Amino acid sequence: MLWLLGIAPAAQALDAAAVKQLAAEDSDSKLEAINKLVTSGDTAALPIFKALQDDVLQVYQGRVVISTDTGVRDALTGEVIDVAGATPEGIVINNRIRGALDSAIASLQLLAPDRAARLAAAKAVALDANAEMLPLIQRAVAQETDAEVKALLAQASAAIELKSPDAARRRLAVQQLALSENPQTKQMLGALLEKGADGAFAEPDAGVRDEARKAIAAIDSRFVLPQVLGTMFYGLSLGSVLLLAALGLAITFGLMGIINMAHGEMLMIGAYTTYLVQLLFRQYFPGAFDAYIVVAVPAAFLVSGLVGVALERGVIRHLYGRPLETLLTTWGISLILIQLVRTLFGAQNVEVENPAWMSGGFALGGDVVLAYNRVVIVFFAAFVVFLVWLLLNRTRLGLYVRAVTQNRGMADCMGIPTPRVDALTFGLGSGIAGLGGVALSQIGNVGPDLGQSYIVDSFMVVVLGGVGQLAGTVIAAIGLGEINKFLEPYAGAVLAKIIVLVFIILFIQKRPQGLFALKGRTVEA
Amino acid sequence: MGPLTRLWGARGWMLLGGFAAVTLVVIPLLRLLPPDHALYLSDYYVLLIGKIMCYALVALAMDLVWGYAGILSLGHGLFFALGGYAMGMYLMREIGTEGQYQSHLPDYMVFLDWKEFPWYWAGSEYFWLAVLKVVLVPGLLAYVFGWFAFRSRIKGVYFSIITQALTFACMLLFFRNDTGFGGNNGFTDFKRILGFSLAEPTTKTALFMVTGLFLIGTLLLCRWLVTSKFGRVLAAIRDAEGRAMFSGYNTRDYKLFVWTLSAVLCGIAGALYVPQVGIINPSEMSPANSIEIAVWVAVGGRGSLVGPLLGAGLVNGAKSWFTVAFPDFWLYFLGALFIGVTLFLPKGVMGLRDRWRRSKS
Repeated sequence: MLWLLGIAPAAQALDAAAVKQLAAEDSDSKLEAINKLVTSGDTAALPIFKALQDDVLQVYQGRVVISTDTGVRDALTGEVIDVAGATPEGIVINNRIRGALDSAIASLQLLAPDRAARLAAAKAVALDANAEMLPLIQRAVAQETDAEVKALLAQASAAIELKSPDAARRRLAVQQLALSENPQTKQMLGALLEKGADGAFAEPDAGVRDEARKAIAAIDSRFVLPQVLGTMFYGLSLGSVLLLAALGLAITFGLMGIINMAHGEMLMIGAYTTYLVQLLFRQYFPGAFDAYIVVAVPAAFLVSGLVGVALERGVIRHLYGRPLETLLTTWGISLILIQLVRTLFGAQNVEVENPAWMSGGFALGGDVVLAYNRVVIVFFAAFVVFLVWLLLNRTRLGLYVRAVTQNRGMADCMGIPTPRVDALTFGLGSGIAGLGGVALSQIGNVGPDLGQSYIVDSFMVVVLGGVGQLAGTVIAAIGLGEINKFLEPYAGAVLAKIIVLVFIILFIQKRPQGLFALKGRTVEA
Repeated sequence: MGPLTRLWGARGWMLLGGFAAVTLVVIPLLRLLPPDHALYLSDYYVLLIGKIMCYALVALAMDLVWGYAGILSLGHGLFFALGGYAMGMYLMREIGTEGQYQSHLPDYMVFLDWKEFPWYWAGSEYFWLAVLKVVLVPGLLAYVFGWFAFRSRIKGVYFSIITQALTFACMLLFFRNDTGFGGNNGFTDFKRILGFSLAEPTTKTALFMVTGLFLIGTLLLCRWLVTSKFGRVLAAIRDAEGRAMFSGYNTRDYKLFVWTLSAVLCGIAGALYVPQVGIINPSEMSPANSIEIAVWVAVGGRGSLVGPLLGAGLVNGAKSWFTVAFPDFWLYFLGALFIGVTLFLPKGVMGLRDRWRRSKS
């Protein structure tokens, strides 16, 4: 405390000589003056530094002044000076001084009364600290009351101490860094263990190297859990997207035995519907903008679903019993839909803005952040699966769908209107894809090719999950999402995809009907 | 019935002879005229026809598996591209040190700061090895993939979408710079083949003739296959696999053979395509390209060998006209073609011809 009182008087008056020295001709004197002002630890120097940075620090009749909109003021006292129309002479600075100013301002901010300013400054210093700042940082640590800022500052001072010539101090610094919450310190410690071109370690002292290894292990062990949780979550999120994309496909494939190559375009139509609804809200109800998603969900379902019904009635029903031709036809449809969207909306991606409550994220520790929009999508996918389950198991249409899936001929004989069931189911499948499109619009680009990038993956989900099985589709989608995300750090995104494909090919050796085969005599003709 | 009359009747042989005369004699002779002569065939048309003949070769290979064995592959573009890459590796080595960086390495490897060729480039400077790879790489991949797929009796749409996933995955693999095949840009800027400059009109004509020769040879081979007992068993598998199996035929081996043969033919087509067009990149492996091959066959009429040739010619001819005249409408047209052919012309152009003949008699 005494020490604190010791610097208190300095806060009252800036070193007038040092301020005057800022106006010196040569850069070295200016740098010296900046250093003097920083080491004084007086935040009153901040406005002067900022003025120098903005080229409004000037000299008038031997006094250092700041010219503002309201007139010219003395830099030391703040007193307004009447320059009587004369122009004060500007103080010229070069890039070296600009750099020094930046770190000087950052250092002084460490002592600012405002917590947010101190936090920002501490973060900046923790990443990029140099030895001259050490005394100031240590002073700031001593008077800091906020725990978060204090931890950051301690880390910054440890990072500087790491370069100290004294091995004992370096060791202490390593121990300090081991407590850090910042994953970047790991790199800093790792650098100590690296060998230079001459084969010598960057850190000469073996004891310090051991300590660094321990510290890295400690940091790793603290970050393992959030890392694993984060990867699991991103796998789940990818799985949810795949699920929304593949669910409709699995239902129609199970029911009609055809693969709809235009299914990806239903995703795209859903995403573009979201885009339009969002535009509409921005134009007419800007106050309720955050609620546009509530309207977009049913709108996308309806639009995609109607397009699906139209396709089934118009084209696909003529092709029953010819699954391979259906593949080609629906591909043709997808080409036309893509080109149509390109003609209507342009080939460029359109921007869909997240509602405010979906942006941002929740920090899990380390650098792992769970984005809110992905969290929402996971819940949304679960909700959709629940609705589909209800529909299939608790409604008359669901009963019909299940009956037709199991045995079309028999269902027909029992008086089930199979053509109508086909059309409605196709619409349902397409509508679910539309919902997937709403979800995709919240996490990625919306463009005419949107569906193409998901179509192969959703086929894989269907192949793996087996046809007409809700549970199989859910498990396959989530499983593929998780496998992909867990492989990615080791193999990279592309190799992960290839590994997954090989895995699927091997898997269907064992279970050609997918995870959950329909029981019964559904031997193919 | 002699071996020749088994393949075609007199009219068929005459048509084939006519085609051979045009590609192997008439067009090369026209190329000997001075360039300003009215009948001189410019490089553009030689390239266009040569390209379409390569596509026709692919269409034949596709028809063999789809039209005769009932296996719809949506990944034939992969085998085509692999053959092309195998040839492309040789052509890259033929550039020598004439690349932009004057290194013995291809430019993109210099760009990636690689010091030497990766191991799988070993021997790529030999033409005979390139030829071997053109046949073996697509063939082996198809054999292994087919062995697994047919063993577990994957068929119909399942098989189709897995072949699509296969070509998609390989496309992603080849897009990576680290894979060592030039990433996005693939191989281009070829200078010569077997020491002959690719820019020379005579080299172009020679490549054109080789392509024509291969196309005729493949047509003969396919015709011989489908009219043999082997072809009849294939048709039986296509129409009722269960029954063929219960009659004692090992349907898996039949399918595996025709599938691998088809992949090899595609590889050869790719190897002929690359020196003429002068570029090969991973977009050849995109699912859209492979599915377009199916449409050539569908337009021409599958299950007849002339059909795919016609289809490849018609669709690609239309494409080169459309993309110049109405670039925005090509996809509409292609999409409508997919829908129209499957809905109204299940047997393609050949079916149209049969219908017309029947109405006459």
